[in-house]
Amino acid sequence: MQSLNELVELASSEIDAAGDLSALDAVRVRYLGKKGELTTRLKGLSALPADERPAAGQAINSAKTQLLDTLNARREALQAASLERSLHAEAVDVTLPGRGLSLGGRHPVSRAAMRIEKIFRDAGFGVPTGPEIEDDYHNCTALNIPENHPARAMHDTFYFPGGKLLRTHTSPVQIRSMVEEGVPIRIIAPGRVYRCDSDQTHTPMFHQVEGLVIDRGVSFANLKAVLHQFVENYFERRANLRFRASYFPFTEPSAEVDVEWETGKWLEILGCGMVHPKVLENVGVDPEEFTGYAFGMGIERLAMLRYGVRDLRTFFENDLRFLRQFN
Amino acid sequence: MKFSEQWLREWVNPTLDAAALAHRLTMAGHEVDALEALGAGLDGVVVGEVVEVGRHPDADRLSVCRVATGNGEPVEVVCGAPNVRAGMKSPFAPSGTKLPNGMKLRRSKIRGVVSNGMLCSAVELALGDDEDGIVELPDDAPTGSPLADVLGLPDHAFDLDLTPNRGDCFSVQGIARDVSALTGTTLTAPEIRPVKATIKDKHPVDLVLPDGCPRFAARVIRNTDPRARSPLWMTERLRRSGLRSISPVVDVTNYVMLELGQPLHAYDLARLNGPIRPRLATEGEELTLLDEQHVKVLPNTLVITDDSGVIGLAGMKGGLSTAVTGSTTDVFLEAAYWPPAFMVGRARQYGLHTDASLRFERGVDPELPPDAIERATALLLDIAGGEAGPMVDHVVRKHLPKRDSQSLRRKRLSQVLGTEIETDQVTGILDKLSLSPKADRNGWSVQVPSFRFDIEVEDDLVEEVARVYGYDEIPEKTAVAETPLAIAPESSPDLDRIATSLVARDYQEVITYSFIDEKLDALISGNLPSLKLENPISSEMSVMRNSIWPGLMQAASGNLSRQQDRVRFFEIGNTYHGTVDAPREVLRLAAVALGSALEEQWGYKSQNVDFFDIKADLQALFLGTGCADEFAFSAAEHAALQPGQAAKIKRDGEPVGVLGKIHPQVAKQFEIEQSVYAFELDVAKTFAARVPVAETISKFPAIRRDIAIVVRDDVSAAQLVDAVRSAVPELVRTVRIFDVYKGPGIEAGLKSIALGLILQETSRTLTDDDADTAMAAVLGKLQQEFAAVLRD
Repeated sequence: MQSLNELVELASSEIDAAGDLSALDAVRVRYLGKKGELTTRLKGLSALPADERPAAGQAINSAKTQLLDTLNARREALQAASLERSLHAEAVDVTLPGRGLSLGGRHPVSRAAMRIEKIFRDAGFGVPTGPEIEDDYHNCTALNIPENHPARAMHDTFYFPGGKLLRTHTSPVQIRSMVEEGVPIRIIAPGRVYRCDSDQTHTPMFHQVEGLVIDRGVSFANLKAVLHQFVENYFERRANLRFRASYFPFTEPSAEVDVEWETGKWLEILGCGMVHPKVLENVGVDPEEFTGYAFGMGIERLAMLRYGVRDLRTFFENDLRFLRQFN
Repeated sequence: MKFSEQWLREWVNPTLDAAALAHRLTMAGHEVDALEALGAGLDGVVVGEVVEVGRHPDADRLSVCRVATGNGEPVEVVCGAPNVRAGMKSPFAPSGTKLPNGMKLRRSKIRGVVSNGMLCSAVELALGDDEDGIVELPDDAPTGSPLADVLGLPDHAFDLDLTPNRGDCFSVQGIARDVSALTGTTLTAPEIRPVKATIKDKHPVDLVLPDGCPRFAARVIRNTDPRARSPLWMTERLRRSGLRSISPVVDVTNYVMLELGQPLHAYDLARLNGPIRPRLATEGEELTLLDEQHVKVLPNTLVITDDSGVIGLAGMKGGLSTAVTGSTTDVFLEAAYWPPAFMVGRARQYGLHTDASLRFERGVDPELPPDAIERATALLLDIAGGEAGPMVDHVVRKHLPKRDSQSLRRKRLSQVLGTEIETDQVTGILDKLSLSPKADRNGWSVQVPSFRFDIEVEDDLVEEVARVYGYDEIPEKTAVAETPLAIAPESSPDLDRIATSLVARDYQEVITYSFIDEKLDALISGNLPSLKLENPISSEMSVMRNSIWPGLMQAASGNLSRQQDRVRFFEIGNTYHGTVDAPREVLRLAAVALGSALEEQWGYKSQNVDFFDIKADLQALFLGTGCADEFAFSAAEHAALQPGQAAKIKRDGEPVGVLGKIHPQVAKQFEIEQSVYAFELDVAKTFAARVPVAETISKFPAIRRDIAIVVRDDVSAAQLVDAVRSAVPELVRTVRIFDVYKGPGIEAGLKSIALGLILQETSRTLTDDDADTAMAAVLGKLQQEFAAVLRD
């Protein structure tokens, strides 16, 4: 019969040799099972003289503990290896594209409008809207554009039978807002406007943002500051602006604003001025107490400058290949 | 308004160069559209005198000339111009000269005869578009002197885009006045001396409508030479101002208009019949204009008449019957004042925008007519000879515009501009603008000159001061707003959130026109009445849309034709309803989707988008309102949608929109063969949101029970869910439909539907018995209402 040491040695080598969990379990049964060799030896203790039993028993139990530790260590190793193998089998090609819905996008004009709105909202401007089908009073008369005035020829107007018209600018919102909310007031009003004109640089529909600030002590100097800050925020760079004298019937003094472009050229970006006292009187505001400024800008123009769009008409062709560039 | 720099500098000569002057004008409100360099590249071209003209031995149409060049003996030059003749002076470019077009002249033989240079046409010198012959220079032009010196070149042509309020600037005089004020340079107006009458002839003028024509200065000039030609200096100035030379009479009237701003008209005196009577036209009157265009005159139009009837449209264009011709010797000159109130919009009625109408609409100085007549007379006599009758100034002064004095308060100036300008500086500016300022206690009092039509209120003077002072000089001041914060209610529809949600679900926003083709609108909206434009830009853009779908369908169709096979578009914009007297604008959200539900990708069997894909998109949007359970879908009919795949959407019983598959016949009208799914919603009604109110979350576990039943095919999912909820309202948290099956094993006309119920109590843990009882109640309800059979 083998010595206990030899048995443990043999069992340990078999444990090491077990290639998988079932082979390992077979080794366990062979030595530690009900009829396993160590179990049998434990049972055989009773055949020994009484004074030898404690020592022999201790030896066998210690051998058993040793074998169990070895077995467990081996089992863990085999389990880890097995997990690694199965994980390896689950490896994917991480360069394959993801699945599911992609992302759509906003229209570049909306994108520019949101940016403009955000700048002014953050500065405390409200954002009302007004009707696109307007009457002559709000589109012209209240804005100090008298009937048949040459300034009306500046706008080619779409009319409906009966005299209503499609607003030619967002300025009527000035009138409506002052009437509804009174003064002081601080708003911008974005929206669609329409002019009967269609060529390379004109579309019969386009978008404007109107700005209006009326309060006590509002001056041309404030207007210059607001627009300068707006332009620098919108284009995210220092910008030289120049205010050119101009003419709008609803502002006095009036100015057109040019921004100096990277090329050194001056590009016209908006029109503005101090609200004409007659306009204030038309909505029941005392021009001696309140003064204010107004400005109007074309959103398409600002979108073109910001995003490098060359042709105005592409905004309304809705070509996906164009639109996707603004996602 | 186009004019020559040199002409302007005769009136006012600031120390700015052309570019700096253009900048100053632009900044002061007279935007320089173009600054064109004229007469550059004429180095070497001199005044040549044709001494002798002989025939070319070998070419009928060529002449061999001897040309004196002021430098040595005359040289031999071959010339093909028909107007070459001995004794004339003409620009001569000797061999070796480089012409403005870059061509370098070489000494060469033309058909065997040596030519030592070239006599030049206007085109060859870039001096105009006349290529019919060589330029004829005045006889007194010194032979051999540089052509540029003789013509006053180089020069610049300024083209200004004048604003409609500054009619006074439509002349060299007007611009000069403003330049003088802007630059502080003295204005030197050429003296206009009355021309003494040498004959007594007058032609009667009767101011029968003095408010329409309060002033009509006139003069008879007899015996002018119809063969006279306008001098080069004048035709050059006209040319540089964009006008062609026609004849001395026409050139003189144009010249005076450009110089002083007063449009004039010249009649052939011999063709006038009786007194001139300016008046409003009467119904049915007609006129043939001098360009032979025939117009029916409207009664709101001022006309010039004589005994023969209408002979001209006042301030616009003269008539053919009394026009000067190539044989006219006796001329009747008119310089009238036509008030803007009678002129604005009139030219537009006839499509007759002329240099005259442009000026009269904006206002011409009512004090100008007599001076203009004197100036024109002097010029015409100089050029074409003749004898002048007396200048007659017919005027009804009380109908001339009054210019009130106007005050400008120092306080107002700083209130509006936000800066203080020195008193002396303001006074100086007002003075240079011919406003004759007088200091008073509050600031200044000014007298508005007769040529300014745009100074009506105090702020107009504020602008004048600011404009000359320079907008750039006004500092920027950031204002502190007193306006209270105001923010939209949280429950109002959040357009950005809606758009962002759709973008996240792979929709692309588009913007389509608000006006569309009437037929397409009717097709989509089932012949709803539409708002028609009176003057649409085209029939494809003639009515205001009742629906956003036609625009989206067109956009989709356009992209399909550009090889895109998957389109998912949305637009947020108005639709237009009601009548033209009471129009209604409704903000809507609309979308269309066609092609594959997902973009082509691996691991996914491509499947076209269907009803339930876009319904899911909608339901996701509805979740954002916090009131998803208020929305109900029901089968509906719609003009543009395929029957059986159309739903109307209600929120709390109120219709808010539609959803469905575009009818294939409709899609075909847009040249789309694919299935298109679409929805359209009223934004305000759909997206008013609930401000969330947090509820306590139950601590007790939920129990899930599934049930599969067989019911008639026409029982809707919504009916079943409602029944389940009403059977045990206090316990059902969620009802999910996780399977719908028709086919083998299920009788035709029936369907199997599998429901998953989540049951939960808020106050205690549910037992299996509770769940069993609840499910029995549910089944009982389903059996009772829909004869549902439990499927095992």
